[in-house]
Amino acid sequence: MQHGKYRFIAGFLVLPLAIYAIFVISPFVQAIYYSFTDWTGLSPDMKMVGFGNYARLFQDDIFWAAVGNSVTLLLLLPVVTLSLGLFFAFMLNVGGRRRKKAVIGGVRGSGAYKILYFFPQVLSIPIVALLFQFAYNPESGALNAFFQAIGLDTVQPDWLGDPQLALWCVMAAMVWANVGFYVVLFSAGMSSIPKDFYEAALLDGANRLNTFFRITLPLLWDTVQTGWIYMGILALDVSAFAFVQIMSVGPGGPDYSTEVLPLYVYQKTFRDGQAGYATSIGVSLLIVTLIFSAIVMRLGRRERLEF
Amino acid sequence: MGSTSEFNRRDLVKRAAALGIVAVPAMSVLSACAGAGSGGGEKVEKGKKSAKNPLAVNESAGLDVVIFDGGFGDKYAKDAQAEYIKAFPKTEGKIKLSSTQKIQSTLQPRFNGGNPPDLVDNSGAEQMDFGTLVAKDQLTDLTPLLDAPSIDDPDKKVRDTLRPGVVEMGQFGGKETWILYYAYTVYGVWYSKGNLRKLDAEYPETWGDMLALCAKAKKKGIAGWTYPGKYPYYLPFSLYPFIAKIGGTEVLRKIDNLEPNAWKDPAVKAAFDAYYELYKKGYVLKGSPGLDHLQSQKAWAEGKALFIPNGSWVENESAKQIEKNPDFGLAVGAPSSLSASDKMPYGTIWASGGEPFIVPRKASNAEGGMELLRIMLGNKSSQNFIKQVSSLTSFNGGTGGITLPPGLASAQAALQKAGSNIVNPRLQDWYVALQKERIGVGALGEMMAGRLTPDEAINKIQKYADDTRDDSSVKKYKR
Repeated sequence: MQHGKYRFIAGFLVLPLAIYAIFVISPFVQAIYYSFTDWTGLSPDMKMVGFGNYARLFQDDIFWAAVGNSVTLLLLLPVVTLSLGLFFAFMLNVGGRRRKKAVIGGVRGSGAYKILYFFPQVLSIPIVALLFQFAYNPESGALNAFFQAIGLDTVQPDWLGDPQLALWCVMAAMVWANVGFYVVLFSAGMSSIPKDFYEAALLDGANRLNTFFRITLPLLWDTVQTGWIYMGILALDVSAFAFVQIMSVGPGGPDYSTEVLPLYVYQKTFRDGQAGYATSIGVSLLIVTLIFSAIVMRLGRRERLEF
Repeated sequence: MGSTSEFNRRDLVKRAAALGIVAVPAMSVLSACAGAGSGGGEKVEKGKKSAKNPLAVNESAGLDVVIFDGGFGDKYAKDAQAEYIKAFPKTEGKIKLSSTQKIQSTLQPRFNGGNPPDLVDNSGAEQMDFGTLVAKDQLTDLTPLLDAPSIDDPDKKVRDTLRPGVVEMGQFGGKETWILYYAYTVYGVWYSKGNLRKLDAEYPETWGDMLALCAKAKKKGIAGWTYPGKYPYYLPFSLYPFIAKIGGTEVLRKIDNLEPNAWKDPAVKAAFDAYYELYKKGYVLKGSPGLDHLQSQKAWAEGKALFIPNGSWVENESAKQIEKNPDFGLAVGAPSSLSASDKMPYGTIWASGGEPFIVPRKASNAEGGMELLRIMLGNKSSQNFIKQVSSLTSFNGGTGGITLPPGLASAQAALQKAGSNIVNPRLQDWYVALQKERIGVGALGEMMAGRLTPDEAINKIQKYADDTRDDSSVKKYKR
């Protein structure tokens, strides 16, 4: 029965694997090769420098600032976004007051909230970043105007201009842009949880907090895990790059407080003409990503509840 | 589920997910690395050399031009292109002129692949690093253009029609001229005569007057200064000539040469202290550290602040806001005198070439690229540029017979007043990362936001400069 199984499967996988090898694996190998050269990115002329680029990384304060900020984003962004997403989804689907017919339901007007939450998702990243940049404008932005309106004239932060605040400001915009997607994702997940679970729990006298931690979250675990991975990628990847590039001082500042790895790769390649060094930063970004995925896989390994 | 298969579906999914995680971020990084392609554009044949065609341009070959679409827009280049077609009618329809703000991300793959355009305005935030381009032999020497007769006067070489210093700026130590700066920018303290008049003031020629004027403005709720805190490397536009004025050009030369302790010169400290005092006394527009160049220029043009460090492109860039106030009277001021013992007289100003044009080494029609530049450096195109974007060109002239807009007229007057006291710090074209990011964002921006004292800023900058000097991956220059 098992005879020839691998050959059979391999037969199906040849084409996709070939495509994967050409378009995914080979650029990897190429990039790792470039990271050992002094390629400028402006001419095809380069020579090998061995581990020179990597040795330089260890001395590079800006690189370490970028690693620090990227890791901060990686740790905090998924937690904040997913927690908010879960909370909102729970309120929209399960958290409401008991009404006559339905045993469980969302808060009043949950349909409208759903649309509202999802709305940022239809805006492109640069638009969201620009919107927030306007809001953060210390001179005429909405935030400082709001503080003035409620009589807090003395509280006029520089927002993006302040190294203590800048990264948080960028992060807030990223959360805002992404949370809606998770509300919808988790809502879908929650709607597939059988209602009788909640009925039984409510009969036993469970409160909302209990139903959330004992029923909703465990049954939603797979979805949460997927969301976690997805959010982690966003934190390390294009999204972080675009937000920082558009919004931050410098960009990457003030004083490197918002420098992130993908932005640093970009600056080294496209501003300083040091593509070889940039690829070695890219490889270290790859390593950070690998560590992240290994940790997530390990933490996420738990038996799925089946029903 | 009850599957008996050895293949655990869950594992498979997980592995696939793991690969996916790895793949996605890395892909975006790698997509930048198009790799070192070969081949590329073929050179077009040379045309016949004649009095009308001194560079021997192929009269029917196409031309590929990329213009930086920044403060000056791209219309001036399109007009010059029309002149080119007039001179070589067979090229009609074969000229491709595109404009972008993303010079490097658009052009890097083309340089790498060996098929770059014939003429590039390598400017803006995404300027390609000249040091690397020169070191990697990617540029065409423009000497033939400089030695060709000018378009207006066949007895005069193009070289002799340019403003002083322009040719030297395009050289990197050797005899070859790699870059031709087309615009001629006057940097300094930009202000509105109208707004000063409202305060019964003239442009303050001494720092004491400057502080007094700022104090007066503050009482009326107007800030003295603003600057683009998002891009703090605008501060040097008035700060560097200020340093030169206090301590002499020698200080700037040492800084450009990355000499040890160049930044520890007392003139630097004095200039930094003076600017820091502006912050300390609350003369800087609140929130400036968070503004970008357009936002700060808008606040300044609306009269919320009196002074802004900037270059002559500001007249074009802020035209919309300035027009709202017919009384505006845009003008540029040289750095005020700090004390009577300043080494250089009042009027010392920073003026130098802007909008660097290059002809790539592997351009297929390098002669055409140079010819277009020759046309642009003629009287007609120069005048057109001056009228359109109110900035001078490197062509020494072109201002006759036209009424200059106020900002430009003031820049012209400032140049005359400066005479030979024109300084030209090279940090910003030699060491872009050092100037813009490290000194600008890392130190000057921090100091003007009040988060570094002048001493701390100087120490930080000195360390940055030392790091750059010791960094073997950065090519060094001397002047």
